[in-house]
Amino acid sequence: MKLAFDIFTISVVSAGAFFFLAGTVGLLRFPDSLTRLHALTKVDNLGLGLIVLGLLPQTNGLFGGLKLVSIWLLVQLSGAIVTQLIAGAVRQHGPHG
Amino acid sequence: MTISSVFDIGLVVLILTIGASTIVVREAFAAVIGFVVYGLLLAIAWVRLSAVDVALTEAAIGGGMTGMLMLGAVARLRFAKGTDARTSLPVRLAVGILCALVAAGLAIAVLSPPEVIPTLAPMVMENLAQSGLGNPVAGVLFVYRALDTLLEKVVLILALLGVWSLAPDRVWGGIPGLRVYAQPSSTLTFLAQLLPPVGIVVAIYMCWVGAKEPGGAFQGGTVLAAMWLLVMIAGLKNVPSISRPWLRLLLVVGPAIFLAIGLAGMVLANAFLDYPSGYAKALIVAIEFSLTLSIGVALGLLAAGPPERVRQP
Repeated sequence: MKLAFDIFTISVVSAGAFFFLAGTVGLLRFPDSLTRLHALTKVDNLGLGLIVLGLLPQTNGLFGGLKLVSIWLLVQLSGAIVTQLIAGAVRQHGPHG
Repeated sequence: MTISSVFDIGLVVLILTIGASTIVVREAFAAVIGFVVYGLLLAIAWVRLSAVDVALTEAAIGGGMTGMLMLGAVARLRFAKGTDARTSLPVRLAVGILCALVAAGLAIAVLSPPEVIPTLAPMVMENLAQSGLGNPVAGVLFVYRALDTLLEKVVLILALLGVWSLAPDRVWGGIPGLRVYAQPSSTLTFLAQLLPPVGIVVAIYMCWVGAKEPGGAFQGGTVLAAMWLLVMIAGLKNVPSISRPWLRLLLVVGPAIFLAIGLAGMVLANAFLDYPSGYAKALIVAIEFSLTLSIGVALGLLAAGPPERVRQP
């Protein structure tokens, strides 16, 4: 059972790390602010989400798991809103304003 | 070489690179962003050294709070008409040499540790149970080095006085010049309505859990300050003028209670800042809670800056 959990953790966290990598490549390679923001949302949602999901079997008890999930939810919330704010600023003032 | 030492070496290389880049980049904004990243990476380094308390403080103060203060400074500099005069060569040389000397001194101190590292840690762990605390860091802060901790909080208020004293006379006691982005039903308003209840619970939790596990007044206070700033920046609450009595009261309540309990220790226990046996934990938690409030208000006002407008009649 422990082995199955470990294999689950390793594979899901690796998938999360892949999204982090993809998001970072997008951040470096995409041409303008809006597409770069788009790349970053993948990191918040899927990257961190998969890492949290993968770590859930390793937590000690219910509260550890709840803390992990609430971290993910908080990052999602702040990430989505900060993305909106930056995009709004870019639309209003242009990419260099 | 194990996988964790590969990680550690990578982390150190990253920290050094980011540190160098904050010095090398010409633009102030990029340097500040580099500094924030540097603070967050340092926090990870502290976690690797099993110093979670320090990591939390580094992330909150080093990365978050200082970063915000510096971003404010950059924004102000952008509006100020700066003189482009470069400092003269001898001054730059002197600065470089002094910095190199300090760095060399630090390097010698770090690279040549004594044979037997002097430590009081075993004594702390032996006597920690008497205080009723579970977190040795909180024990050191509030039992063994309580005077340092008290002075540290007073210094925070002195720093705030320093910021306030930048205000011209006619706006003294007025409203800090925090930039407010009040737009009804914007996403910022939504965040400022949704996040503070969560943040306040997190701050209370951090302060409470500090007695047993990593956390404490500074970390909780920073979260409180962030929530307060968010509400003010979104325009949901007005920035208060600095002459408000409740504001001044909140600023001093933490250090005042700390000092009062310390003075009471001279009568009820054996010495200044000594706790009567059996009541140590309750008193420390009371101090921590009042300090959290004071730190939150002080940090929020530090970020809000000196007064710039007189109070509306």
